[in-house]
Formats: sequence, structure tokens, C-alpha cells
Amino acid sequence: MSKPRKDYEELKSVRFRRFIQGEREISTEVSMEEFQRQMDKEHEEDERLTYNYLNRPNVEMDPQADAKRFAEITGMKRFHKVYVFMAFVLCICIIGLLIYNVAYMPNYGSADAPTNNEVSEKYLEDGQADTGVVNMVTGMILQYRAFDTFGETHVLFIATCAVMILLFLKGKDEENAPHDPELDPEPDMILQTVARFLVPLVMIFGIYILLNGHLSPGGGFSGGAVMGAGLILYNAAFGFTKTGRFFNEKVYDILKVGSLALYAMIITYCLFTGANDIASIVPLGKVGAILSSGLILPINILVGVEVACTMYAFYALFRKGGF
Amino acid sequence: MASKIIILLLVLFLIICAIGVSFTKNLLVSVVIFMSYSLVMSVIWIFLESPDLAITEAAVGAGVTSVLFFVTLRKIDAMKDRPEELEEQNALYQSNEELSGEEASHE
Repeated sequence: MSKPRKDYEELKSVRFRRFIQGEREISTEVSMEEFQRQMDKEHEEDERLTYNYLNRPNVEMDPQADAKRFAEITGMKRFHKVYVFMAFVLCICIIGLLIYNVAYMPNYGSADAPTNNEVSEKYLEDGQADTGVVNMVTGMILQYRAFDTFGETHVLFIATCAVMILLFLKGKDEENAPHDPELDPEPDMILQTVARFLVPLVMIFGIYILLNGHLSPGGGFSGGAVMGAGLILYNAAFGFTKTGRFFNEKVYDILKVGSLALYAMIITYCLFTGANDIASIVPLGKVGAILSSGLILPINILVGVEVACTMYAFYALFRKGGF
Repeated sequence: MASKIIILLLVLFLIICAIGVSFTKNLLVSVVIFMSYSLVMSVIWIFLESPDLAITEAAVGAGVTSVLFFVTLRKIDAMKDRPEELEEQNALYQSNEELSGEEASHE
């Protein structure tokens, strides 16, 4: 070994780093045999401790004392209190840092906040003329940033695919799966009565949010989530057999892939007309009417169907491993 | 002023819920606390004038996520008392079947 390397390895910082990484400090003067002997000795010591622990007198059967003894031998106890203390200090530090930073943020709704710049001004001023919506949030996410939302819808699609890869049971697996009698529960009086009353209300509320996305708060994501929750409630009350009559795997596949494909086509059309400065064939219509604002309403419906399918698919896959 | 006090109370509840979730030993209880956290959060969204987020939070946070947690807990048998309940039920079914079998043989 050359001299500089030796010097380097004897530096305090290097030794500290190796200590942190858990390497054993090996002095270069110690020969290999001596090192081996040292290792053997330590190994014997370890074995002796383990032996003592395993063959300890069988007098005390108190598990707490047992755990204490184990901790004493392995030296866990010494560090445990330090860990708790350090975690506490770390938490306090992070909380302090966050509060300190939040204090510099502008007040809620203040006029000179950096978010109130010419971008939002432009959206609010020209948005209605550009897109024909009343609810500017929907106009922004489905018209100005439609490509963004398109990617988000893909995220949902891929998430369901991943869950399907992990949890879907098909063919042989399905036959071998333990039959859970609660997948088709006994008629539960309270649950079914409440569900009969609530499910139509929830579904109508979801569809209302969906169709009024361009007029009132809401839109595809919220409406789809509410509809999915309604489907889950129906399934929980009436079981998989009854739900399977109108929402089985075939319907699910058609709805999910079909809505995403249609959405892709609409986005392609929008991009094409926008890039080439061609007027869209879909009229914007009268502001405030239900059939207005061009392609936003169909996109809302497609996104809603996609989200509702995703919600229900998560539940069905987690519960049963199929539809 | 009144709305400010209500928001402060709700935020205090949120903090208590967030601490409670991590300190409860029972998983079922922590899921229920998490659910109430989402519900209160959706009320706060309404106070912050974003009703669309409130709807989504109520549907996803308080509804679907909790349902998924419950289903998972049942899958891994982490719901407390369930194995004993099942045993009791099975014992009841067996005794019922025996009784009905005896009746059938008598007839």
C-alpha cells in the first residue's frame, strides 16, 4: 500500500465515515490471522450470550421481564430512550421551521399575493368569452389546461390497471379462492332500507354535479367520485350478484376504455383546431345554458364515468378480486 | 368573527384528530378518526370558498378511502373481536343444524 493512501485512510473524517457505515476499524498493522482470531472471539462471545439467553432459568415467565432481559442483552434499551428523545426534538424543529415559513406567506385573500397576477386576471376577464363557462375552475382545467387533465385521467386508468395486476383473480384462482359468504350478504333490513332510500339520491346528486360542471362548482372528478360512492353503497347493501346484473366486467371494460378513447379523440380534435386556428364545429352556445360551452360538457361526462369506474373498481378488487 | 371562531375550533379538531390517528393502538378506531378528519376538512374547504373541493373531499376522503381501509382491515383480519365472533356464529349454526337434524329424524 502506498503512503498517500495510508495517510488518507488515517484521516479522522475517513475513519468517522467508515464508523458510520458500520465497517470495522481495521488497523493496518494487524495481520490477517490476528484479525481472524479477534473475529472468532467476538463470535464466541455472541454465541455465549445467545446460549445464555435461550437456556436461561425457566423461573420467570413474565413476558415483560423477558423482553427487558432481551433488551439488556442486545443493548437495545440504551438507545431506545435516545431515539424517542431525538424524534421529539426533530418533530419540534420541523414544526418550528414550518410555522416560521408560514408566517411569511401573504394573508388569505390579500390583494397583493403573488398568485394574483396577470395570469388569473386574464382567465377571469377573457375566460367566459373564450370557453363559455360560468364556473371558471372547470373552464380552466378542461379548456386552457385540458392536456393536463387528460394526463390525470390516464393516471387513474393506470392506477386501476396496477391494482388489477395485483389483486385480480381469474379462472383457477377464482375457484380456489376461499368463498366469503358476506360477498352476497343475508338481507340486512336496516342497511337495505337505508340504501334503497339513499342510493338514488346519491346518484342523482352525482349526475347533477357532473352535468352542471360548467355552471356551478363541481365537474367530472367530484361528480364521478360521488357516483362511485353511490355504487359502492349499493354493492355493500345488495351484494355482488345483484350489482353484477348491470355492472359486470364487460360493462366496466367498455365504459372505462371507451370513455378514455373518446376523451383522447376530443382532445386531439381540440389540439388540431387550436393549433391550426380553425373554428371548432361545436358552437359555444349561450352562457349559462345547460347545453353550452362547446366540448366541456362531453369531456366532463367522460371524466365522470372514468372516475366512477375507478372508484367502484378499487372497491370490487379489494373486496372480491373481480367484478 | 363568528366564522373565524368556528374555523379555529375546526382546525383545533383537525390537529387533535391528526395526533389521535397516530397514537391509537386499535386500527379500526384510527380509521374512524381519519374519517372524521376528512369530514371536518370538507367543512373547512367550504369556509375557504371552494365547494368543489369540499364535495370531492367528502366523497373520496371520508367515503371511498375509509371504505377501502375497512375492506383491507377485514382482509388481513385486523378487525378486533372478529375471529371470536365467527367462532360463536359457527357454534350457533352447528347447534342449529344439529337441532333441525334431530327434528327431521324425529319426524
